[in-house]
Amino acid sequence: MRPTLALAVVFSQLSLLAFGGANAILPDLHRQVVDQGWMNGQEFAALFALAQAAPGPNMMVFSLIGWRVAGLTGALVATVAIILPAAILTYFTAGLWFRLRDRPWRKAIQAGLVPVTIGLVVASAALVTASTTVNWRTGLISAAVAGTMYFTKTHPLVLLVVAAAVGAVGFS
Amino acid sequence: MSDAPRPVPTLTELFLGFFTIGVCGFGGVLPWARRTILETRRWLTPAEFTEVLGFCQFMPGGNIINVSIALGSRFRGLPGAIVSVIGLMAAPVTIVIALGAVYDQYRTIPAVAHAFAALAAAGAGMLIATALKIAAPLKGRWVAIGIAVLTFAAIAILRLPLVDVMPVMAVVSTIVLWKFAP
Repeated sequence: MRPTLALAVVFSQLSLLAFGGANAILPDLHRQVVDQGWMNGQEFAALFALAQAAPGPNMMVFSLIGWRVAGLTGALVATVAIILPAAILTYFTAGLWFRLRDRPWRKAIQAGLVPVTIGLVVASAALVTASTTVNWRTGLISAAVAGTMYFTKTHPLVLLVVAAAVGAVGFS
Repeated sequence: MSDAPRPVPTLTELFLGFFTIGVCGFGGVLPWARRTILETRRWLTPAEFTEVLGFCQFMPGGNIINVSIALGSRFRGLPGAIVSVIGLMAAPVTIVIALGAVYDQYRTIPAVAHAFAALAAAGAGMLIATALKIAAPLKGRWVAIGIAVLTFAAIAILRLPLVDVMPVMAVVSTIVLWKFAP
């Protein structure tokens, strides 16, 4: 399959599965991107980190992977594919959702998705950390960033800049 | 709706509003979306915003991308939705591709390669913190914890495709929580 077509197929399917946003589909993205032979796990993690450094919705990693796989066309195809299916669904269900706001089954589905999303986000943390931990120093960086972000309100961009600087001087 | 009717935003206002949210949203767009939609532009009341956001978090896709679609279409129909989502995405996509080009150009330089390895590790650390925060409400809810663990195992250990895991776990979770842990 041509890379742009493969991007469109893989990403538009992920779009409709992204309950809980980008972090929920990261493990499957990781698996498919590596299976397709587009890149290895560590490069995937580097692109993920790069996307965190950009402003905007955290769907930016998809544009970046598209760009890496098939240039500018790839980036556009990837961005449209990850947005469009979910956007169409949102467009047509918004009215219905607000009409049904008091139905008990609506709340039941909403509550039911919560633990599933949590399981997926924990899975993405585990899989991404497994591919970025190439030695004890990168493991230490992950632990330090996780601790700082969990216990303080440090701006994410500050953490990324400090980490990149620490890496550039040889600690990674 | 509030008693004092606000003017319906024009297509240009929608574009500019969401453009601001996209370009400012370093490290999370939600705070900027709230600020722009409620305080700067006054498109919604806080109660309306909470309801729209609740819907957009429930639907698949990025929260704020869905907010742009829902608000754009509420105010200006299909053209409003298209203009809002393009406004939101234009700057971030351009910036991220520029970052990617820089990465591509210099990644063979050892210092840059090391910086990116550290950046990747930091990105992983941020995901760990996000996972810990998002998992906190499960404390003491053993049935829900069981479902989260099962989902984790299916994806991270068994490496099953999400397209199979998601529908099965969503249905199982909804029924189990409804029947046994209301």
